[in-house]
Amino acid sequence: MINDTLQNRRTVIAIIITVVIVIYILRLFSIQIIESRYKEGADSNAFFKKTQFPPRGLIYDRNHTLLVYNKPAYNIALIMREIRELDTLAFCKALNISKEYFIKRIAEIRDRKKNYGYSSYTPQLFMTQLGIEDIATIQQSMYKYPGFYIQNRTLREYAFPNAAHVLGSIGEVSQAKIESDSYYKQGDYTGRDGIEKTYEKQLRGVKGVEVLLRDAKGRIKGKYENGKEDVAPKAGENLNLTLDAQLQVLAEKLLKGKMGSVVAIEPSTGEILAMVSNPSFNPSILVGRQRSKNYMQLVRDPLKPLMNRATQAQYSPGSAFKPIQALVCQQMGGISANTLFSCSGPGSSPIKCTHSHGSPVSLLSAIEQSCNPYFWNAFKVTVEKNGYGEKNILFRTNYDEWADKMKSFGLGEKFTDGDIYEQSRGYIPTQKFYNKVYRAETGWRAITIRSLSIGQGEVLVTPLQLANSMAVIANNGYYITPHLNRCDSMRKKIHRCKVDKKYFPIVYEGMCRVFESGTARASRIEGLVMCGKTGTVENSHGDNHSIFVGFAPRENPKIAIAVVVENAGYGSLYAAPIFSLLVEQFIYRKIKRTELLNKTCVTVTNSNVKER
Amino acid sequence: MSKNVSIKYALDWTTVFYFVVLVLMGWISIYGASYDFDQASIFDFDQRAGKQFIWILTAIGIAGVLLLVDSKMYSIFAYVIYGAAILLLILTIFVAKDIKGSRSWLEIGPVSFQPAELAKMATALALSKFMSSYNYKLKNWKDLIPLGVIIFLPFSLIILQNETGSALVFVAFLLMLYREGMNGIVLLLGTFAIFLFIIVIRYSIIPIQIDHGSLGIVLAMSIILIVQAGYAFFFTKHQKESIILVLGAIGIALISYIINIWYHLNYDTVTIITIIASCIYWTVIEIMNRYKKYWFMILFSLISVAFSFSAYYLFDKVLEPHQQIRIKVLLSMEEDLNGAGYNVNQSKIAIGSGGFWGKGFLNGTQTKLKYVPEQDTDFIFCTVGEEHGFWGSTLVLFFYWLLLMRLLRIAERQRDSFSRVYAYCVTSILFFHLTINIGMVLGIMPVIGIPLPFFSYGGSSLWGFTILLFILLRLDAARLERMR
Repeated sequence: MINDTLQNRRTVIAIIITVVIVIYILRLFSIQIIESRYKEGADSNAFFKKTQFPPRGLIYDRNHTLLVYNKPAYNIALIMREIRELDTLAFCKALNISKEYFIKRIAEIRDRKKNYGYSSYTPQLFMTQLGIEDIATIQQSMYKYPGFYIQNRTLREYAFPNAAHVLGSIGEVSQAKIESDSYYKQGDYTGRDGIEKTYEKQLRGVKGVEVLLRDAKGRIKGKYENGKEDVAPKAGENLNLTLDAQLQVLAEKLLKGKMGSVVAIEPSTGEILAMVSNPSFNPSILVGRQRSKNYMQLVRDPLKPLMNRATQAQYSPGSAFKPIQALVCQQMGGISANTLFSCSGPGSSPIKCTHSHGSPVSLLSAIEQSCNPYFWNAFKVTVEKNGYGEKNILFRTNYDEWADKMKSFGLGEKFTDGDIYEQSRGYIPTQKFYNKVYRAETGWRAITIRSLSIGQGEVLVTPLQLANSMAVIANNGYYITPHLNRCDSMRKKIHRCKVDKKYFPIVYEGMCRVFESGTARASRIEGLVMCGKTGTVENSHGDNHSIFVGFAPRENPKIAIAVVVENAGYGSLYAAPIFSLLVEQFIYRKIKRTELLNKTCVTVTNSNVKER
Repeated sequence: MSKNVSIKYALDWTTVFYFVVLVLMGWISIYGASYDFDQASIFDFDQRAGKQFIWILTAIGIAGVLLLVDSKMYSIFAYVIYGAAILLLILTIFVAKDIKGSRSWLEIGPVSFQPAELAKMATALALSKFMSSYNYKLKNWKDLIPLGVIIFLPFSLIILQNETGSALVFVAFLLMLYREGMNGIVLLLGTFAIFLFIIVIRYSIIPIQIDHGSLGIVLAMSIILIVQAGYAFFFTKHQKESIILVLGAIGIALISYIINIWYHLNYDTVTIITIIASCIYWTVIEIMNRYKKYWFMILFSLISVAFSFSAYYLFDKVLEPHQQIRIKVLLSMEEDLNGAGYNVNQSKIAIGSGGFWGKGFLNGTQTKLKYVPEQDTDFIFCTVGEEHGFWGSTLVLFFYWLLLMRLLRIAERQRDSFSRVYAYCVTSILFFHLTINIGMVLGIMPVIGIPLPFFSYGGSSLWGFTILLFILLRLDAARLERMR
């Protein structure tokens, strides 16, 4: 038979079989042991990591009054593939949306250019941030709309319609933020401004994750290993603000019908007791679906209600600058408590006096009477103490020293170690600035920059800086960075000013006399010794700004305040009563002068500022 | 009764053991594959594992019956069985319902059945009968024609049922034919043809220079030249001539490259001319030296050239789009992870994620969550790979190897050619299924939907393979009967 000669072919066949099986075992070895991407592939297939959102931290005031809390919000999500036999009309009606909007949204969801992660198998957001009232109708009939789901989220709710600028708001995270911080995913909320932004990390908490099993069609088939791999969300930390809710509410009331701001600081701690900017808005309008509409309205408003005037507006301080001027000039040896200068009233040169008082004037009376010529002379002798003349180098050194000492009061620089996100810098002009403006180092001298002596001209401060400068005086020479978060660590940020303690008493006395016999006589409180200074600031935008700064009581000051009422007129007329009422409220927790209160509240200095 | 006793001793229990091991491993894998987190029992008859249990019991029953039948009957009724199977295949084309484009399932009451599975066994019997007939010779052209008809008839009928995968199994008989005396060159040529096909298809889309012919053709032609030169160099005395040929070819390549700088020249044409020139060159050598060894090589070259050029046409025009895309995906020409490449990609993920020890029984996420399609039938091996890892997969492959080696041994110990041919038919069919199925799951073979023997879910395939195997075991047992 032929078979015998062909028997070795069995070996050939056996070899072929063996080779194929060995190749397959090698292939198995390669994909199962050498390569790791298949393991990752299987995990990303099967495990659907569902984010568990932590409740955002609550916000309280200094007396543990709840200011901001969370309320449930709802998203309508859809899974394109599961939608069938949709009665679009009924659906739109139940959600109170137009058919056009529905069609537009569906198209947007399907558009991978706008919606990168689109998949017809996974939930896509159809509408977000709905309130309970928005979904009340559809909730009962949800079963009629297969493929649509209601997701639970939380939104912010405000106990008071106040302090919008301090509290800030949250909104959906921007694309740029998602790219820079891997914590955030599309659709997450984040603090957009105010305290919500500064303390975003504490308030947001830590997201948890629920590991779910997802099948090939994207359906969830239950928890993985009964939740062994799940991570519970960590609730956001609550925040105790330094604000005094009652004081804040009162301050906002007092600023009604006026454009301006109030900042109140507790000098011993640097805690901001009240911070108001008017025109303002109710913080709850920036929550939920109306957010973007209302936000745009606020952006377009010519009165700029979104701007926090208390920290972002910059004014020349005017006479409110004089107490600090007095301190710096004494420290630099330009004047002493006994220095006298003559004042010719309105006839004075180069700066005339707006008040009528005797001459020559002492430092004390100069503060009390807000004498412009005195402070011009004081400034002049201070910066020109080492000689006179445009070519005098020592003049410029003195000027630098003056600016440096001014800055040590927290003026002209942002508070970088604080927790206020929106701040303007203010400005204490530098030598370089004047060199440039006057085109040469020798082009300027005291007379050129005389406006500085009375807080006009190039010098700019924010109301926050002004209030803080009062805290420095109240504290006899130091301040704690003004802050909003009531905690020990913030209280340790002490900054000393570069003026010795011994120069303060006379300024105290002068500021005290402002109430006793000076420009703010009308705003006295019986039985309480207060220190203050009016300011009436000329500006290019219209009537003078009415400014008042001060602190109270004189011994152991509890509160330092800056009040700015834009384009109102005399500081004593508009800003001083507001200061006085706030002090009364804070010290006595009650206002007896109801007549003054009512009068101040109804005073309108800018008819465009309406209540919102 | 005496026959029963003799079967008990004569039966090759080793094979039966491998069979039982594979069937049980398959059954457990089916339970794993269809397990859906609802703790269904492996005996739940609504589930696939439960149904498979019934199939296994019936298959064992069938095996028992097959062992009781007199071994001569298989030889006697071989043509009858073949004829019946052919009739059944024809009937199926007309009667069967269209399931995903294929008309291959017969429904008898609650049971669906695929006659193609039986046709393999019937064809194996018919081939064995024909090839063991007196005065049959493989080299005889007259005998080759009926042989071809026996294979081609069921093949074409199954193609008509749109079950290309099952039809391709008939190619496996080449291995048996090789053992029975077919020139080994056929296997080599077959391999070379597949190789050329892959080269041409894989690189045809890459132009060698824009509008100057495709890399695929140039590569294919170069390979043919290398085969020519290699053959001449190693198997004849014309070493010098073969070196001249290679140098000449390189020369032509350089010259055509230089010419291309000024004149537009198609490299495809250049390579054909080169091959024709080489054929003339060898003819001249043959005539001058009166050396008759080159005519076959020249024929081979010309057929290869024709094949290369028709390969792309075949691919482009004859294959259906879904078949084209499967091949393209396999050759990494396209990565269609959501379409044609989805199955294989998910299958590789399932197996690859198993690691060395696997994820543990019933812990495979890929299979539990239905990422792998057809995971209890054609892609059943994924479950093994995912849940039992490298060691489990290797163990399964090892058992298949043991079984195949055992079958070879059984085949060679047969004394009559009917049994031996049949044994080789069985071995070839099982080997083909194994190669294609596991290769497909591992992503190194095109997606051809054929089951893994004894493993995949399904009555038809389990019955088909059981019948195939146990007829062999019955024939093998008879070998000892006759010795007594």
